[in-house]
Amino acid sequence: MKLSVALSILAISPVAAWHMSADVPSGKSRRDIISKGVAFAAAVPTIANAYTVPDLPYAFDALEPYIDAPTMKIHHDKHHATYVANINKATEGKPEVPILDLMADALDAGAARNSGGGHYNHAFFWELMEAPDKAKNSKLSAQLEELINKSFGSMDEMKSQFEAKAAPGATFGSGWVWVVVNQKGDALSIVNTPNQDNPLMKGVLSEGIMLPILGIDVWEHAYYLKYQNRRPEYVSNWWNVVNWDKVSENCAYVVENHVGVSVKG
Amino acid sequence: MMLSTVTVLVAFIFQGCFAKVDLPALPYDYKALEPIISSKTLEFHHDKHHAKYVATTNSMITEDSGLSDAPLEEIMKQSYGKNAGLYNNAAQAWNHAFYWNCMKKKGGGKPTKQKKLMSLIKTSFGSFDAFLEEFSNAANTAFGSGWAWLVFDSETGQLMVTKTIGAENPMNVNPNWAPLLTCDVWEHAYYLDYQNLRPTYTESFLSKLVNWDFVAANLETASAKSSTQEVGSEL
Repeated sequence: MKLSVALSILAISPVAAWHMSADVPSGKSRRDIISKGVAFAAAVPTIANAYTVPDLPYAFDALEPYIDAPTMKIHHDKHHATYVANINKATEGKPEVPILDLMADALDAGAARNSGGGHYNHAFFWELMEAPDKAKNSKLSAQLEELINKSFGSMDEMKSQFEAKAAPGATFGSGWVWVVVNQKGDALSIVNTPNQDNPLMKGVLSEGIMLPILGIDVWEHAYYLKYQNRRPEYVSNWWNVVNWDKVSENCAYVVENHVGVSVKG
Repeated sequence: MMLSTVTVLVAFIFQGCFAKVDLPALPYDYKALEPIISSKTLEFHHDKHHAKYVATTNSMITEDSGLSDAPLEEIMKQSYGKNAGLYNNAAQAWNHAFYWNCMKKKGGGKPTKQKKLMSLIKTSFGSFDAFLEEFSNAANTAFGSGWAWLVFDSETGQLMVTKTIGAENPMNVNPNWAPLLTCDVWEHAYYLDYQNLRPTYTESFLSKLVNWDFVAANLETASAKSSTQEVGSEL
């Protein structure tokens, strides 16, 4: 019975369920495994509190002056950590799956929506950003550039539409704004989602599941300490810390695989 | 005597005697609620957030819509479920004006002076502590941006706690509900002072800020309205 369950998980999930032995030392090596997309054959899925808060790929002050160090610290160490703690509580006793795998059916699964979504969204978000001097030198792949030009006309036009979508009137209250690839993999669009929903969740977007390659957190906690009510300024400044290499990588992955990007933790 | 003056004031403010929506002044100094809510927070919250909702509501009410002379509550009623942009701004204008009055310097504690209110809290919730727990829970579990409310239900004659998302006001969710007390739990209400610690803000709001005179006056208005309606229906 257990073997057939394991086999069916392997068949369904692109990132296979795996066995977490007590010897696997830390979240870190598991994160490396996830990010390389290596599938582990599982005889039996181990039951554990699986999720961890992935380390930021930079220091808390790396994104200054565009995102302040206190915000990065609280956002990561408190807000993201709370989502992780809550999704762990909610999934206790259940077979361990990558957080990405909880997204499709999250709307039916209670805590998976708010806390699971919160964990995925933030893990996704941290990786998209880097220090401004590095971000400045990051590049659009030819594939991404072509998709942007085809879908929006130009990068400037994409940014303009993105900023309009992120404005307080357009995304009212807490939420996220995303650049997504469609299921076919041949066009980009800009969408917003409320609270910790994301485009990977069935039932959130009227267009169906879409695949994020870039996203910004516009919950007030993401910008209030530095920007207060000035969300538009936060959003227009944010381009200075976007890692276009990573966004291009996300694009290549979702276009090829027609599934969402995997995240650490 | 004081209570009826307050009631009249309440009625005046919230029945919208203005052709366009106004930004009411804070009922106290920016520093008045320190250290529970900082003057910096009140400045941004009132002068930027609340002001913007008022300005946007006014810009959205055109001559054509027939709402340009309507009281705020009418604008909310007409736009609810029909024009999200207008509703969000109008309701937020209302919600914030209401919220300022829900607080005062050296507020909080128990409404022991407000006997009718205290009695109704006890019959509706079992005890004052049970009410505190329910209200705190609503405030702390409103996911994202929202509000926690104490409302009077004219159908049952009892009080209830409810929470809403975004700009939503309980009057529009259920016309039998009259708001008596609210706590703003959008992050902008507490982030500078409490960051992620919303429960600490909620607890401080309840124990140190609540203006029970205002809550009691709202109950007077709501129950008076309710009994007028009852009398009417018997004729």
